[in-house]
Amino acid sequence: MRDTHTARAEQILGIETSCDETAAAVVESGSVVRSSIVSSQVELHAQYGGVVPEVASRAHLDLIVPVVSAAVAEAGLESADIDAIAATHGPGLVGALLVGVSAAKSLALVWDVPFVAVNHLEAHLYAAFLEEPDLKMPMVVLLVSGGHTILVVMEDHLRYRVLGATLDDAAGEAFDKVARFMGLGYPGGPVIDRLSAEGDPDAIAFPRAMANDGWNFSFSGVKTAVVNHVRKNPDVSTADVAASFQEAVVDVLVDKARRAAREIGAEAICLAGGVAANSRLRSRTAQVCEADGFRAVIPSRAMCTDNAAMVAAVAWYRLQADGPSPLTTGADPSLQLPTI
Amino acid sequence: MTLPDDSAVVCSTSTVDQTRLLAGAVAGLVDDGDLLVLVGDLGAGKTAFTQGFAAALGVDAAVTSPTFTLANRYEGRLVVNHLDVYRLSDLAEARDLAIPELLEQGVTLIEWGERILPALPNDRLDVRITFGDGDDDRLIELRSVGDRWCGLLEELRDVLGPWVGPQRVFG
Repeated sequence: MRDTHTARAEQILGIETSCDETAAAVVESGSVVRSSIVSSQVELHAQYGGVVPEVASRAHLDLIVPVVSAAVAEAGLESADIDAIAATHGPGLVGALLVGVSAAKSLALVWDVPFVAVNHLEAHLYAAFLEEPDLKMPMVVLLVSGGHTILVVMEDHLRYRVLGATLDDAAGEAFDKVARFMGLGYPGGPVIDRLSAEGDPDAIAFPRAMANDGWNFSFSGVKTAVVNHVRKNPDVSTADVAASFQEAVVDVLVDKARRAAREIGAEAICLAGGVAANSRLRSRTAQVCEADGFRAVIPSRAMCTDNAAMVAAVAWYRLQADGPSPLTTGADPSLQLPTI
Repeated sequence: MTLPDDSAVVCSTSTVDQTRLLAGAVAGLVDDGDLLVLVGDLGAGKTAFTQGFAAALGVDAAVTSPTFTLANRYEGRLVVNHLDVYRLSDLAEARDLAIPELLEQGVTLIEWGERILPALPNDRLDVRITFGDGDDDRLIELRSVGDRWCGLLEELRDVLGPWVGPQRVFG
């Protein structure tokens, strides 16, 4: 292996295939995005009302080569310019993960460069650094997506403490299930976000489970409350239900992040993950940060949702700290965030 | 084919904690290789049932919804496999979950499992959870399918005694 690559891997190719996006990106020195290609399967999955694993794996297989080629070409580079290759190896759908991991390992072997296995959750934490590389820590990160709801304290680079997580449904999952129950389609997050703009967030007092109780979350109850309310009031305004549901979820998320930031004396509150694209979560986070004097770190929507630039970014830090990953590294569908 | 009614036990609960306790009682009867199919609408309490079930088997970890991950695995006195096939669109995809292999180790609970019945073995306990009158009221029908669970019917009725039939409401 060309040792110079490990010592100063400047151009890292990242690959992300953990769920329904096939993505590849080239990031220079962990922070300069030279290209970021995301091929979404959302339309493919909309007809089924959700991600379909078999369909997802096959689509990743079809898309991986063109997406990787496009990322290298758009960066204005050739294969010889790539210093390391990173891929998400978990958590996620095992069949989907294997496509990205296998592609990355094969390319690393052929191009004779280091391979870096990346934790998808850790990659989400690094999305913010692509837009603001000099962020001060400690920082409270609210990592909210379809599969995860985690309140993280980022003490320093690669050093995390998990304060709490969901005990049942992830926040994004609650959005998807409520949207599906109300016949609004998939993905549920953007639909409810849009519809909420026309509704009254105070129309229905949905429960704020565990709002004042520790750092964990529970979103199963609010989902059931929506189901009960709509069953009893079939003529209720869908926009009011959407807005009130969204408000209940955002309330709990923002209140806990704010309380955590106060308690640890954080420099900033940072949003990460697909649910961080939600307008209400973004505006409420900005509001409380303004009020309390924290910096609000709210990455662009493209960096909140799954992408490969964040994979390449964290790989740069990981490669310096830990060196390359062995080519025997496989997919790990239930990988957890590494904590100190 | 209609199954004889005496293969079913009908229970009712009025809180989610009662549903968890009921599930824990069922867990006392299971062994490696057992399969439970959980049927019920969104919010009925399928994951809550699994939480109580796993806790009774000594699982310490938080049992969360497997909707996105499709399959979670927990270690307790027995291994507990918790699957959710809500997002699968056809039987071909159920093959990807490698259910026969999962069933070889531990006890397996499958949410929305009625969607993939042809892909499942004929020995199983079907647990159907429906909404009752009050917000937290649930009717829980447990139906034995196959020799293994039909052989456990008497014990099942015994342990479910506290919840069989409509709950009395005391003033």
